[in-house]
Amino acid sequence: MNDGYAVRAEGLEKRYGEKRALDGFDLAVRGGTVHGLLGPNGAGKTTAVRILSTLVRPAGGRATVAGLDVARQAREVRARIGLTGQYAAVDEVLTGRQNLEMFGRLFHLGGKRARERAVELLEQFDLTDAGDKGVDGYSGGMRRRLDLAASMILAPAVLFLDEPTTGLDPRSRGEVWESVRALVADGTTVLLTTQYLEEADKLASRITVIDQGRAIADDTPDGLKNLIGGDRIEVVVAERSEIPRVVKAVARVADGEPEADETELRVHAPVTDRVAALTDVARTLQDEGVRVEDIGLRRPSLDDVFLRLTGHRTEKEAAA
Amino acid sequence: MSALDPTTGPDGRGRLYWLLADVANIVRRGLTHYQRQPVNIAWQLGFPILSVLLYGYVFGSAMTVPGGGDYKDFLMPGMFVMTMAFGFINTATVVVHDSTKGVIDRFRSMPMASSAVVAGRGVTDLLVSCAELGIMMLTALAMGWRPDGGWGFLAAFGLLLWLRFALIWIGVWLGLLVPNPEAAGGLFAVAFPLTMISSIFVAPQLMPDWLGWVAAWNPISSTAAAARDLFGTPAGGGDSWVEQHALLMAGVWPAVLTVIFLPLAVRRFQRLSR
Repeated sequence: MNDGYAVRAEGLEKRYGEKRALDGFDLAVRGGTVHGLLGPNGAGKTTAVRILSTLVRPAGGRATVAGLDVARQAREVRARIGLTGQYAAVDEVLTGRQNLEMFGRLFHLGGKRARERAVELLEQFDLTDAGDKGVDGYSGGMRRRLDLAASMILAPAVLFLDEPTTGLDPRSRGEVWESVRALVADGTTVLLTTQYLEEADKLASRITVIDQGRAIADDTPDGLKNLIGGDRIEVVVAERSEIPRVVKAVARVADGEPEADETELRVHAPVTDRVAALTDVARTLQDEGVRVEDIGLRRPSLDDVFLRLTGHRTEKEAAA
Repeated sequence: MSALDPTTGPDGRGRLYWLLADVANIVRRGLTHYQRQPVNIAWQLGFPILSVLLYGYVFGSAMTVPGGGDYKDFLMPGMFVMTMAFGFINTATVVVHDSTKGVIDRFRSMPMASSAVVAGRGVTDLLVSCAELGIMMLTALAMGWRPDGGWGFLAAFGLLLWLRFALIWIGVWLGLLVPNPEAAGGLFAVAFPLTMISSIFVAPQLMPDWLGWVAAWNPISSTAAAARDLFGTPAGGGDSWVEQHALLMAGVWPAVLTVIFLPLAVRRFQRLSR
């Protein structure tokens, strides 16, 4: 039954009216890893997670979680998963402890065990002091940690984290990342959806890029970066009039057409022979007397990957 | 598997045991809410009690009851009905909060019985309604309301809860239908005229003919008339068939509402997995 994959999806389909939320979506997540699911708003990330966590039934295709079919064995799947949604799905009126005890009893732990488990989880997620305060008084980071704790009551085989750090400040985001790393160290498999490319890069050992309901790439973060041509040389100049000369100098050593950004006064292009290319361009520009503000080699970011694969930037980038 | 299938626990105990355990836990959650926010029950009672004071003391002297009798005695059972009738707003408000904040999604992602989410809500609301009725009745007694005791009293209490039971399903259905908690607040604007055009405050025969007819056929009018009859307080008369058969209709109306809205609520709940 277990082929090393904690989550498998084949050809998942789901439509909402005219819109195809999922259009033949495939996914394979190895046990004991963090797998990133990356895509712009409306790409189908949340729909995929809702199907895999048994909240929504797929219109087509099949999926297994922990070796169990999400449609036919939903109840068994539910006993083995944790779900942390984009909006903290905890009760805001109850205290942190009351929340964990309630969810523990609803996981059928029994009253005594539920109380013990609540104490353990409050300790583990650094919420002991706030345990008897109402959740409505919690900070965003505390609330998200409580949400994670509630997802961990049964120590799930697979944890779904749907945009766990959206709307959190950098410090709270760091706290959530720490918690996720600790869970994976204990053997939990995590499927992480996010719009933050940095987050996927930091946490995930493998990333699936989803766009318009389909998986359009699946690789390690480094593999994805290599996919679009490895390192790039980048030159920033002081004057717009210098750009054509820089493009010419870069074109001589580049693997592809240099791209010029007229507003940021930046020229960049993929290169293979890194140091030789850098030296060559630096010497040429110096000889020609071009005023260079900055020159260097840059590993592509996941933003670059995204732009290349989907033809558009993430929602966040587009708004900026 | 249907979304409403009860689910078993990790051990060998039966489905029914765990369904009841899950319902009990959801009820416990609902009651803990009141314990943590006691002001909520004060809000829920505030309007009916204020209405009793306003209508009883401010308008009361100008009000007449067809067939005679004291207006305050006529008013009190109407107030109990109004408290029950507005209850569906409370149900809807809690349900819309739970569904938009993702609490219902968490319940549905757990190996508990999904139907316990709805059933637990219903039991909680009935328990709270008992408390509300108790407080309302004590207020009424303090103001000089003197009902007949005995079986009639219990039967009236039962009919009031029977109405509240039917309205739970309208509340759950609306709670899953409206997009956000703010919209649920707007339900009050709908509920208020619906309770006014009834026999709660004024006997329908004192209204213009067409309005009196609508008021008489308002389901909550039957409960109010039946309760007045059973409490032994002035009933306000009325010649129409529905007013002559208030006791029967106080049983029938909630049954009709339940038959319509229970399946709608359940279907709406199951649609969450679409």
